[in-house]
Amino acid sequence: MSTPAPAPLPVLRAGLADGLTVAGRNLLKLRHQPGQIVATFAFPLVSVVLFGYVFGSAIPIPGGGNYREYLMPGLFVMGTVFGLVGSLTVIAKDNGLGVMDRFRSMPMARSAVPFGQTASDLVVAAGSLAVMAGCGLLFGWRAHHGVGATLGAFGLLLLLQYAVSWVGVFLGSLVRNEETAARIAPLVMPVTMISNVFVPTEGMPTVLRVIADWNPVSAAAVACRELFGNPGLPTGDLAWPIEHPVLATVGWSALLLVIFVPLAVRRFRTAGL
Amino acid sequence: MGTPDAAVVAEGVHKRFGATTALAGLDLTVPAGTVYGLLGPNGAGKSTAVRVFATLTRPDEGRAVVAGHDVVREADAVRRRIGLAGQHAAVDEDLTGRENLRIFGRLFHLGGPRARRRADELLERFGLADAGDRLVRTYSGGMRRRLDLLSSLLVSPAVLFLDEPTTGLDPRSRNEIWDAVRDLVADGTTVLLTTQYLDEADQLAQHIAVIDTGRVIATGSPDRLKARIGGRIDVVLADGADLGEAARVLSAIAAEGTRPDADPERRLVSVPVGADSVTLPDVVRRLDQEGVPAVDVGLRRPTLDEVFLTLTGRPAEPADPPGTATPALAGEVSR
Ligand SMILES: Nc1ncnc2c1ncn2[C@@H]1O[C@H](COP(=O)(O)OP(=O)(O)OP(=O)(O)O)[C@@H](O)[C@H]1O
Ligand SMILES: [Mg+2]
Repeated sequence: MSTPAPAPLPVLRAGLADGLTVAGRNLLKLRHQPGQIVATFAFPLVSVVLFGYVFGSAIPIPGGGNYREYLMPGLFVMGTVFGLVGSLTVIAKDNGLGVMDRFRSMPMARSAVPFGQTASDLVVAAGSLAVMAGCGLLFGWRAHHGVGATLGAFGLLLLLQYAVSWVGVFLGSLVRNEETAARIAPLVMPVTMISNVFVPTEGMPTVLRVIADWNPVSAAAVACRELFGNPGLPTGDLAWPIEHPVLATVGWSALLLVIFVPLAVRRFRTAGL
Repeated sequence: MGTPDAAVVAEGVHKRFGATTALAGLDLTVPAGTVYGLLGPNGAGKSTAVRVFATLTRPDEGRAVVAGHDVVREADAVRRRIGLAGQHAAVDEDLTGRENLRIFGRLFHLGGPRARRRADELLERFGLADAGDRLVRTYSGGMRRRLDLLSSLLVSPAVLFLDEPTTGLDPRSRNEIWDAVRDLVADGTTVLLTTQYLDEADQLAQHIAVIDTGRVIATGSPDRLKARIGGRIDVVLADGADLGEAARVLSAIAAEGTRPDADPERRLVSVPVGADSVTLPDVVRRLDQEGVPAVDVGLRRPTLDEVFLTLTGRPAEPADPPGTATPALAGEVSR
């Protein structure tokens, strides 16, 4: 009956193994929640129909073009940023149920939780991007610039997603339970709305326009439009991130990672002390 | 640190949360290989003490050594040697019981196959084998509690912390957990458990510390603690009219600062007495001399509830609304 504690593993190997275990756990949890998977799939479908056909009928694209082709890259970015809510919720729920306390009383690497969480978020995001792209193709969206540029765009989206998921993990570690997480989640909405995801920023009041132009979401959307060859690229006197959208997206992601990886890791090391 | 065969040593441990002082100089020595009961009313600091020992919370002052390692400086070494079942079942609702155990087993670095085997073994042994493949979300509170306990047994811990392990369990599950605790101790594990159920401490623990407002206010074996506050003598009278007279006679033997209680309904006079201070024949003789006929005279040893009440000035189950101190809970104390 007695199971002696195994000898301690080398730090790096233990950290890696623990991170993989935590990531595997999150994916396993998803498998038990078919509802969640359906929701992941339904989101792009609903958004394309809602925004593409309902609003799209009334929104003109500068330089002409199909609104749904304009919208798709924006929806990709929006889906990516909404991934934050997922990480936030999982971590907050673990906090509320005390699972986090159990983790912290065990001889595992504490940083395995944020690293594992963000890794599994990345897998989920890749899956949901694929579904969303499928929906887009169904509704007439196309990538026009070949395999390289297309993969580049998806790579950029995944990079941004990874960065944003660290923000979610950090915020999740600050809230005590799932209910609080559910209450702050809708705040992500304006972050994606005050951008060029749905409408070009040209017509916005100056203050809003500046915010929208410097919103990482806008830079990422423009970058995708550029790489996919979709219509609606802004012209004229542009803010720096809109003029250099790919560089700006990489920069924004790097900045978020530089800030939130250490914050989150530190938080998991010391929480509750 | 001083005692080599102490599994847990706390010295002057302080912990504050803002304006609240949860621990105010906790001193504790838990001998290895025993079950140690931590008793105290709500908010006494029991959970905080356990969280300090399990490295979840760092003490503001003082030090604690668990399984020979300092909980702050050698937290990792401590974590390798302890098991923890907190006050609330810390299991993942969106996984099955078996998956929960396997994942925790991997995180204990048992390795995949061993984690798997160990999970099956524990589920089998604690009657969860059938429910093992169901999502924990569908478990009853008691089943969650048991699964939580199993998670802390994946690796046989040197020291196991159980924070109110049987709260909300039915008598059968409670007995199973008690048996498991006894088995673990037989295997060499030291168990520190907090509890609100005094019979639990009485049944399981060789040593008890009563804590209140973050400090230990009494320690000893259950028997010693009971002896320390003496017992009670209950006299049932033949005639209710003698109540006053009997109370006068018995006040001579009452423990210092106490008075006999009279219960006219049951024609009962009950008086607290010091430890080993009076014998039954002595009581009978006194009553005879004064011509007070008694139909029954009994010496009752105190229940742990009474110990608790005496030491903390509060009943053992403060979950009840204040002012309704429950005679039912305090055994047969008459008021
Ligand atoms: N994280 C925290 N933040 C603020 N106050 C806290 C925190 N944890 C505990 N406390 C306070 O510290 C005191 C001791 O709490 P603790 O949980 O240790 O009591 P307990 O003896 O376990 O009580 P119970 O029987 O209700 O479980 C209480 O006054 C509680 O409100
Ligand atoms: Mg408690």
